[in-house]
Amino acid sequence: MAGVSPTPLLKDELDIVIPTIRNLDFLEMWRPFFQPYHLIIVQDGDPSKTIKVPEGFDYELYNRNDINRILGPKASCISFKDSACRCFGYMVSKKKYIYTIDDDCFVAKDPSGKDINALEQHIKNILSPATPYFFNTLYDPYRDGADFVRGYPFSLREGVPTAVSHGLWLNIPDYDAPTQLVKPRERNTRYVDAVMTIPKGTLFPMCGMNLAFNRELIGPAMYFGLMGDGQPIGRYDDMWAGWCTKVICDHLGLGIKTGLPYIWHSKASNPFVNLKKEYKGIYWQEEIIPFFQAVSLPKECTTVQQCYTELAKQVKAKLANVDPYFTKLADAMVTWIEAWDELNPSGEAPAKTSNVKAK
Amino acid sequence: MRKPPTLLSLTIDIALLNLSHISDLSFLPDHVLLELFLRTLRAGKLTEKILKLFVATGKDEILSLISELNIQLILTPVLPTINIRDDEVDIVIGALHLDLTSFMEDWRAVFSRFHLIIVQDPDLKGDLKIPGGFSFDVYTKSDIESVVGSSSSSVVFSGYSCRYFGYLVSHKKYIISIDDDCTPAKDDKGELIDAVAQHITNLMTPATPFFFNTLYDPFRKGTDFVRGYPFSLRSGVQCGLSCGLWLNLADYDAPTQALKPGQRNSRFVDAVLTVPARAMLPVSGINIGFDRELVGPAMVPAFRLAKEGKFRWETVEDIWSGMCVKVICDHLGYGVKSGLPYVWRNERGNAVESLKKEWEGVKLMEEVVPFFQSMRLSQGAVTAEDCVIEMAAAVKERLEPLDPVFARASEAMVEWVKLWKVVTSRLSNFAA
Repeated sequence: MAGVSPTPLLKDELDIVIPTIRNLDFLEMWRPFFQPYHLIIVQDGDPSKTIKVPEGFDYELYNRNDINRILGPKASCISFKDSACRCFGYMVSKKKYIYTIDDDCFVAKDPSGKDINALEQHIKNILSPATPYFFNTLYDPYRDGADFVRGYPFSLREGVPTAVSHGLWLNIPDYDAPTQLVKPRERNTRYVDAVMTIPKGTLFPMCGMNLAFNRELIGPAMYFGLMGDGQPIGRYDDMWAGWCTKVICDHLGLGIKTGLPYIWHSKASNPFVNLKKEYKGIYWQEEIIPFFQAVSLPKECTTVQQCYTELAKQVKAKLANVDPYFTKLADAMVTWIEAWDELNPSGEAPAKTSNVKAK
Repeated sequence: MRKPPTLLSLTIDIALLNLSHISDLSFLPDHVLLELFLRTLRAGKLTEKILKLFVATGKDEILSLISELNIQLILTPVLPTINIRDDEVDIVIGALHLDLTSFMEDWRAVFSRFHLIIVQDPDLKGDLKIPGGFSFDVYTKSDIESVVGSSSSSVVFSGYSCRYFGYLVSHKKYIISIDDDCTPAKDDKGELIDAVAQHITNLMTPATPFFFNTLYDPFRKGTDFVRGYPFSLRSGVQCGLSCGLWLNLADYDAPTQALKPGQRNSRFVDAVLTVPARAMLPVSGINIGFDRELVGPAMVPAFRLAKEGKFRWETVEDIWSGMCVKVICDHLGYGVKSGLPYVWRNERGNAVESLKKEWEGVKLMEEVVPFFQSMRLSQGAVTAEDCVIEMAAAVKERLEPLDPVFARASEAMVEWVKLWKVVTSRLSNFAA
């Protein structure tokens, strides 16, 4: 392989989805990397507040009123007062790829001191295959300077399409509340120079802070659940989406990568507030994980929507006795798919929503 | 203007300061008790005595929280203090070269405190040259024959497989094995890596095969389990095998190295991670450590290619034994880790020549990998030995029709278990 071809920008094929409640000042630091792209901003909380977007970005912005207007009664599936509302951005996007990032995440530096272009690394991850069927001990074999090791069957070296690229965080690590309480000063300072595919059949905790995915391949599975206002649980939105997505990817033969790129996570949220939100989740998790580990999707489910609808059925059947919340969640999952299909009819030109605000 | 603290908050602060003088907390209302408990945790003041105080209140919310956070009254440390007892480790070296002087000198700082078992490749004629200052035992062809009997044909200890003899005769808990063409590597800070210490750390800290931690090994300093990791899975399981990596000449197969003759691995990845349950991997024997008590019998010298040679490109014996160990670990509930430590692997051999001579290994992997991926052991197999016997039967049934190498592998696995039982009981009688 002579030389390395530059990573394509994909500027007309990728949307950056950002949930926010305060401001978007963090975009200034990202400007050199984000400016070519279209942003979808999902404004949570009070819709009468104006979110200031730095000059020079091309964006569309949706607040709660817009969500209600566009989805009508189906808006009930989109969380309020929780960053889970970001999945509305996935639904209205018309692009092939999505990158989502939190508004307290900044550009990190690699060990040589150079700024990390997180988006470029995500694109590299997503455009190269994943290898979920056999673990490569040198991690992502498609990276420069790496390859498949001895013993790796040649028939598995083509890999499968990568549906999700899960990035990590330096500085404030993504710990749960009990861990935050016990280790308030711990910072993630270890730069692990690896990308790897999560093996088939293995679940993982997907964090939505620094995440990219192929919307065409897996979009409908990225529902971030019912969290926040009026819900008994919070901070499990991305976890839920991750477990659903992994199960569906395993079924459809798609891959999920984790590792690089790193971003710099600057804000530690209040651990007591977090504990209240996560409290039930910590217990429920113990039932939810065995549920996902045992899930089996029928082979007739060949599209993401079919898989997801089937998953919703199984959630209702098997998790309802854990808490009535899961019945609500299962219904919301169905509503989500209905809304997704409405806004993204297959075979037709995508319907344009009247919310595009050009720069 | 900043809001002044509430009276309740101030009271809790004072209570926290004087916690050691309080003998009963049951009079406190639930919400106050919970707040006090959380602040105690935050202040790092949860001692055994204080925990007992909270438990004695009998309040449900407190008890559930204690249970979910997995706080136990008998406070066993999460990490055993990594005190490497030198007498628990054997370093087993398969000598494929006669002159081990530079190899041993390069590793002196790391190896000298441990006992070494050096096994000379029976095909290698001559006497080994080993520098002084080490504690070691050498085993040669005649030693192998006296233990195993020269008539044993299915278990062959030649070439890279000679090291398995070392595994057989050791009676230590941990075995570290490194190829004799490797030297210590340097990490990203330029410091020499103590590969043995890292393997032992990997083996002595829990593995986490049931759920992937995105920050890799949660037991490493400076890191932990991430949000969303179920608490019930956070104590982990015992680690049976530690697979290290290589800088410079990576462990590629002959076609890959022949295609990319200039490719060298220069990327130092600062991670150890548990390979998830039911995920298979190609284990490289170049740089490994394992818990002999847990998985020793599973490290089977069984898979010999017809034209197996003296270069790693011409073997796949370690890939086979590694997958045996993985299947058995998955079944018995042990973990397998991969990542650090790195060793520096020196240039040796010619990939193109190896490719001309031996490509069977590459072809056979197409059958081998699906076999191990679908291998399921019965509930009755509760020891590593039982598991190997079951696997040998499955190899005979499912793979033998495909290639004679599998028939030999199956026989060798059965022989190996017999040998293991005989030698280990002999050794323990001797030691008694």
